[in-house]
Amino acid sequence: MNATIIEAVNDALHKEMENDDKTVVFGQDVAESGGVFRATEGLLAEFGSDRVLDAPLSEIAIAGAAVGLATHGYRPVAEIQFSGFLPPAFDQLVTNASRIRWRTRGELTAPMVVRTPYGAGVRALEHHSESLEGAYGHIPGLKLAIPSTPHDAKGMLISAIRDPDPVLFMEPKHVYRSLREDVPEETYTEPLGKAAVRREGTDVTVVSWGSMMHNTIEAVDNLENVDAEIIDLRTISPFDRETVLESVRKTGRCVVVHEAAKTGGFGGEVIAAINDDALMYLEAPINRVTGFDIPVPLLSMEDFYIPHPPRIEEAIEETMSH
Amino acid sequence: MDNSPQSISFTPGDVGVDPISQGDVDIETYSVVDPDGSFDSERVPDLSDDEFRDLYRWMLVQRVYDDRATKLQRRGQLGTIASGRGQEASIVGSGSALSLDDWIFPYGREAAALLMHGLPLRDLLMYWRGIEDASRMRNANIVPMSISVGAHVPFATGKAWGMQLGDEDTVTFTNLGDGATSTGAFHEGMNLAGVLGVPAVFFCLNNQYAISLSFDEQTNAETVAQKALAYGIDSIRVDGNDVLAVYNAVSTARERALEGNPVLVEAVTYRRGAHTTSDDPTRYRSDEEVEKWKDRDPLERYRSFLEETGRWDAVDEAAIREEFGTEFEEAVEAADEFEERDVEEIFEYLYKEMPPELERQLAGLEDFLEERPDVYDHIERRPKG
Ligand SMILES: Cc1ncc(C[n+]2csc(CCOP(=O)(O)OP(=O)(O)O)c2C)c(N)n1
Ligand SMILES: [Mg+2]
Repeated sequence: MNATIIEAVNDALHKEMENDDKTVVFGQDVAESGGVFRATEGLLAEFGSDRVLDAPLSEIAIAGAAVGLATHGYRPVAEIQFSGFLPPAFDQLVTNASRIRWRTRGELTAPMVVRTPYGAGVRALEHHSESLEGAYGHIPGLKLAIPSTPHDAKGMLISAIRDPDPVLFMEPKHVYRSLREDVPEETYTEPLGKAAVRREGTDVTVVSWGSMMHNTIEAVDNLENVDAEIIDLRTISPFDRETVLESVRKTGRCVVVHEAAKTGGFGGEVIAAINDDALMYLEAPINRVTGFDIPVPLLSMEDFYIPHPPRIEEAIEETMSH
Repeated sequence: MDNSPQSISFTPGDVGVDPISQGDVDIETYSVVDPDGSFDSERVPDLSDDEFRDLYRWMLVQRVYDDRATKLQRRGQLGTIASGRGQEASIVGSGSALSLDDWIFPYGREAAALLMHGLPLRDLLMYWRGIEDASRMRNANIVPMSISVGAHVPFATGKAWGMQLGDEDTVTFTNLGDGATSTGAFHEGMNLAGVLGVPAVFFCLNNQYAISLSFDEQTNAETVAQKALAYGIDSIRVDGNDVLAVYNAVSTARERALEGNPVLVEAVTYRRGAHTTSDDPTRYRSDEEVEKWKDRDPLERYRSFLEETGRWDAVDEAAIREEFGTEFEEAVEAADEFEERDVEEIFEYLYKEMPPELERQLAGLEDFLEERPDVYDHIERRPKG
């Protein structure tokens, strides 16, 4: 089938609900209206109101109840309507979801997924545009996946639902509908914790994830004289260091691109890994292109915040100049 | 485990345990003017003729504002907006009961209440255009809209605490929806308000929906009003489509709050339009249901009161529309004139003093914009909405 990211997410949910009747979907406006982005469209009609529920307006209750259901043998797939409203749920993710296996020495586990659209560029209201994967990736025990393509959205979401541990699944809403590609009709999985080499190259490694993948690809396309290798990290936690290191050992140069604010962003972790295990291969300092250390501006100025291709191009060129 | 006391099956029978249920407490819905226009003259507030007419005028302003703002949004000149259609009596009745020194903690639908509290119309439009400068809430004691539902409740409690400590004669007035009453922030903020006895009024516009979720599904509680009782806070349930009832309820709540009894007011109303300009309500509710509430239109109901009491003839509806229409046009023009901004604006105000790293990032961006003007191809300044 030819699908957008949102259609791929929807298809993955259909497939997994069919595959395992312990799968339960809930969140604000997910049932009757099919989700504000229509990610859960059709689930209520097909699977009924025991398994597809509109939750009251409480992120705490949504995330916390997912932990409870999960420890009781179910596979909750909760939706937080916008990642800007994850902060109340943060408590439940940190306090309960991420460490219940550890606290009970493996007796109780929380195989659950919290899906949430993230990122700027859709001219939404305040609090609807942040990228805080750096903060969520910092929670030990919580996996964090960010697909960037329809194919990965479907395969990785199915993996996340089947994963024995809690997974925060951040979906790049800026490209929810703007990309289409062929996606297999049948069920398949894309592994969590495994980066994808989107394009092979020899001059420089460019690492990115989520919606910034597409700005990265556009930037690389604009640079005719640079043979860049593009890595889509796909999972922030666990972080696939090996794929990044292997590439950097080959190219000797690296640029990391993310939409989140710079300081404390996950780019720093990527750079630290290279520093630890591939420093001697470097021919240039590592560059990063990120959002600024400010909240995402309101819609009239938000585009100044986003790392657009020219900023990425310049960083790659700068790296190449050494 | 066989001899665990918990394996004994025990049916207590009648041992005098009698759980309290909702419904044990009678919660009346206060009203002044009934949907059919009849009214209880003892409850009519002591206002001048002009003040009575002004309530109508403001409700009409809210309605015209919603219509015009929606049109602007459709033309791509505003971002996503939320209309107050159907809730005019709640918005205007509450807004009129405040003092200009009170602080409003808004949610987003209450344009008329903010305008009467001093907010320039231009700024309101600029906020929905996504322009930071509008959030100064110039000229008015208003904090920025709580787009994060419920997050403003403890914030309002704290500000009211400050008013209490300073012995001020003001309250915080928080607008929130029925959905917001499910958040932790709402409960925790109300509880603290009760503990401290701060001058806070929490005003819940129960418009029966939180996007697609009906109030019945939002909570098993029959009313929002009853939630206050758990925190030892006073509570009033009022017909939210009856502007005089809302005015009386909020005035009373405000008085009590000033005496150290925070109050929750539940205004029972209905969101006649879509949740926002990006919502399609036909996906989750029937036309018949919406029709039913049309009969209880707050403007029509109040109009019959004005007619009945001989005050309607002096209301010139067309003139109000025209006058506000002109104001609206002027505000749009003023908003259009708001000059193009420097990127500095989005870096400023994060801290009192910009830290060196942020200064570096700003300088880098400014240089870059000069070096690579092609970046503007990716930057559109106008909202698409
Ligand atoms: C904490 C939080 N969660 C989710 C949302 C998304 N959202 C925006 S408005 C809304 C419903 C609000 O309903 P209610 O409180 O009843 O106010 P109403 O819009 O009906 O006036 C939701 C779920 C949000 N803005 N904030
Ligand atoms: Mg509501």
